[in-house]
Amino acid sequence: MAAHRCGLSLVIILIVSSLTHPSRCDTLTKSNDNTGEKQSVSDALREANADESNAGEEMNERQWQSTDVELDRSDGTKDSESFRLAPAKDQFEEELVIRPLHSGDIYASFQFRTLWDTDFLQEGQKVSHYRLFPKSLGQVLSKFSVRELHISFTQGFWRTMQWGQPFIPSPPGAELWVWFHHTVSDVDGNWKELTNVLSGIFCASLNFIDLTNTVQPSASFKPLGLGNATDHRFLRYATLPREIVCTENLTPWKKLLPCGSKAGLAVLMKSEKLFHSSFHSQAVHIRPVCQDEQCTNKAWELRQTLNVVFDLYTSGQGKKEWSLFKMFSRTLTEACPLAASSKVYVDITDNPEGELFELSPATPLLSQAVVLGDRRTYSVYDLTRAETFGQLRSFNLLLRWKGDSGDMLRPLLHAERYVAGFGLQTGEIHTVIYNNHPYRAFPVLLMDSVPWYLQLYIHTLTVTSKSRDNKPSYIHYQPAKDRHRPHLLEMLIQLPPHSMTEVTVQFERALLKWTEYTPDPNHGFYVGSSVVSALVPSMVAMNTNFTQDQPLFSSFVPVKEESSYFVRVYTEPLLVNLPTPDFSMPYNVICLTCTVVAVGYGSFYNLLTRTFQVDEPSPPLAKRLANLVRRIRGVPMLA
Amino acid sequence: MAAPLTFLLIVAVTIRAVLFRSSLAEIISERVEVVSPLNAWKRVVEGLALLDLGVSPYSGDVFHETPLIIYLFHFVVDYAELVFMIADGITAVALYLSIQTYNKNVFRKQKYALESDRYPADCLELLRSPKEMFYIPLKVAMFYLLNPFTILSCVAKSTCGLNNAIIALFILCTLKGSALLSGIMLALATYQSIYPLTLFAPALLFLLQRLYIPVNLRRSSFWSFTLQYAFIYVGSLVVITGLSFFLLGSWDFIPSVYGFIFSVPDLTPNIGLFWYFFAEMFEHFRLFFICVFQINVFFYTIPLSVKLKEHPVFLIFMQIAIISIFKSYPTVGDVALYMAFLPAWSHLYRFLRNIFLVSCVLLACSALFPVLWHLWIYAGSANSNFYYAITLLFNFGQILLVSDYFYAYLRREHHLTHGLYLKKEDGTEATLVLK
Repeated sequence: MAAHRCGLSLVIILIVSSLTHPSRCDTLTKSNDNTGEKQSVSDALREANADESNAGEEMNERQWQSTDVELDRSDGTKDSESFRLAPAKDQFEEELVIRPLHSGDIYASFQFRTLWDTDFLQEGQKVSHYRLFPKSLGQVLSKFSVRELHISFTQGFWRTMQWGQPFIPSPPGAELWVWFHHTVSDVDGNWKELTNVLSGIFCASLNFIDLTNTVQPSASFKPLGLGNATDHRFLRYATLPREIVCTENLTPWKKLLPCGSKAGLAVLMKSEKLFHSSFHSQAVHIRPVCQDEQCTNKAWELRQTLNVVFDLYTSGQGKKEWSLFKMFSRTLTEACPLAASSKVYVDITDNPEGELFELSPATPLLSQAVVLGDRRTYSVYDLTRAETFGQLRSFNLLLRWKGDSGDMLRPLLHAERYVAGFGLQTGEIHTVIYNNHPYRAFPVLLMDSVPWYLQLYIHTLTVTSKSRDNKPSYIHYQPAKDRHRPHLLEMLIQLPPHSMTEVTVQFERALLKWTEYTPDPNHGFYVGSSVVSALVPSMVAMNTNFTQDQPLFSSFVPVKEESSYFVRVYTEPLLVNLPTPDFSMPYNVICLTCTVVAVGYGSFYNLLTRTFQVDEPSPPLAKRLANLVRRIRGVPMLA
Repeated sequence: MAAPLTFLLIVAVTIRAVLFRSSLAEIISERVEVVSPLNAWKRVVEGLALLDLGVSPYSGDVFHETPLIIYLFHFVVDYAELVFMIADGITAVALYLSIQTYNKNVFRKQKYALESDRYPADCLELLRSPKEMFYIPLKVAMFYLLNPFTILSCVAKSTCGLNNAIIALFILCTLKGSALLSGIMLALATYQSIYPLTLFAPALLFLLQRLYIPVNLRRSSFWSFTLQYAFIYVGSLVVITGLSFFLLGSWDFIPSVYGFIFSVPDLTPNIGLFWYFFAEMFEHFRLFFICVFQINVFFYTIPLSVKLKEHPVFLIFMQIAIISIFKSYPTVGDVALYMAFLPAWSHLYRFLRNIFLVSCVLLACSALFPVLWHLWIYAGSANSNFYYAITLLFNFGQILLVSDYFYAYLRREHHLTHGLYLKKEDGTEATLVLK
């Protein structure tokens, strides 16, 4: 499988790169006379160079970038602290957030943001100018007229009840949702090609996305970037819950970073450690954003996120102690030289006095951010400063727990799902949504995309909260077409305060053609996660001014109002068994059924074409012989 | 005769009412033998729910009923149980009246033949007496109403019961000689499940026979009546289809109902021959075999009409039986309809060759269906082949049954012309064979 995928990706990458090869030289020449860009990079570089003088030479993969560095060095030294004043053209930021979880696990979240300053709204403009933004993705964006693209690969399931809300949630397996530009005429054709190209870029089985697992949600997936497109004809959403995420997906993902995995936070991404974890999720989000408050400058934003949850508690013989080296088997030695900012945040909200755990090295820098309706305090380590790395020129964050942390987190919104019923004929999907807010009711959007081979009966849909019927105020249901499209069910449900809402719907399992089963049919078929999207009432005032400088992790979803924040919760994917035919029998079945039909045909044919006649049996052979002899002898025949 | 029929209806309704109220109703309505994707009540309710949501019921692949059924149940969904009981009652009464009419006809013909001395002398014991014919209509109604297959089908609220009622009314109208009503009913039956269009031939033959128009392709009277009947049939079919279009405002129901019947995309197990065959079919032969299997239903119409042109009622029975064996989504309700006719052929009993074997096979299969289904789907100790084997045997039994009755009918006709005790040239007893 992996070999196939990589082979495909190699072919596609080769094609893409051969098509667009000449642009590389242009990039260099153009960047020479573009001083604004140089400033940003040179500034970033100078800071990085203070620690590491030969960062540029190390990056063999990105030759043109290192050449650019050389150029900057010659004339860029004259520029003083102009970074904040001159508007940055392309920009790259990286950060790592570490949050010790109450369960004893460690949540590490990497975010890399690349801003690409290009006039994407102009149609028909060929963009051949790439600096920090990966060319492979840039070309995909312009070729398929993509407005917004979100793709995630996840291994494991995020346990909301134990771990709280993740910064950017994702369902198990692969998820892809794309908003196309409204000028696209053949959206399905573009979508098909796009999934195949992305499949090559990310070495994943995204080519298995076809019309049978693609839906067009009407309300659950709004664009996160600029523009308020509402026509869901240009939206495509698909999940592959069975997709297995591994090194082969991580490597192409890392290559999209300006520094690759050579410098900066990305050196921590060693796959043998990342995949030895309870949860692993990597994602790419591309969207158009404003660069300033007036929105005069627009840019493509590429956000690459990687979230890992390490279970260091059980693997560390019950000692609650972790360090960067323990987690990633690496320490940090430098920031990415191309990064405008490179920071490590550690969540110390639960530990204001230092009684729960001890961080070393200690940092004087503290930052407060409002994340997911909660004000959190972080220790900040700025990797662009030399003093972060200390004497050893190596930064290894160490955290030692002192006490036992107690309470379990109770996320305000939580959802889970399971299949009820027995046998292979019918079943019932139960989705349970919890509102743990003590006094506020709020509405949630529940989206379910169920494959066609589970036939949903929408008249059996029940929504009950507090053992009372809770009629959804909005239902968008698109029934499945066999072998063409899945069921799509979207509902707006009002969750009463401090309640449990149960949504049930019955389904019937179909018997498929023998070639439609997956190679291991008795393993079962996956049904993608349901998606619960909600504006959850916030405990503290949310920061609506999102252009203000704030940590990346708190600025992904635009906040429209102070009193609530947007949360998306994914439930577990389901594994459903279907009845199977006997796969070894096709010849036998064809023969036997045809025999029965032939018996019918034969007996009718017999009766239709023949008539009744008196049977006159021919005499036995001995008698005929005897008669022959008698005739010769001239004696009377035997009767 | 009205009193026993009323009593029978009361008994039948009581049985159904009791079953509707019991917990068995829900189990029965899930049985794949009783309901198919085409006529499951659950899907009717689903279609109504989709309409309420503002979604076309045909936009999905759950609902395959015709638009008229939606509009019928749009108004009477709360009285569905009553509707199905009434439908069964109508079927039984219609069959009762048809067989009564048929028997009268048969008896009249037999009398004329006797008077004109057309029967051989030794055939008197083959002739039917009014005494034995008296209870036959009642037996037919009883065979339909008290047949466990019908009861199951009714309790499961399978719309097959409605189709049966339409076919029974069609038979009644035909036998009563009303070409107009017969054509309309046939169009309705065709509209409901397409296959009854093969009943056009027997109905035409019967009506021609009734009007003493010989089947002669060179006679203008033959053609004028045929065209007249065909016009009634096609005209009402067009009207009904157009009405459905205006009810829904789209032609979506055509692929969703008739496309579904013909292309067999849903392979949910049933008692027919299609599901496992097409689940196990090689993809590039699928279209070929679908054509072969579907043609199989229509294939026998012309040769049977030629062979049985003097006996259109028996031809109706044969056609209904062939449809219920070879249709793409058969249920036990279809089987019940043609089984109701068996008492009408009770005089063929002496010529049936393997009725004992066939009854045993059919009984055993009926008992084994739920058992093997349970073993496959719930217990997991058997696999699909077990259930498939039983469907195969069940259909084999049905084929034997139908061909046996066909044989017996032909043989009796032969004896009626050639005498019962045939002698060879030398005077010894002869045996009759098909040659």
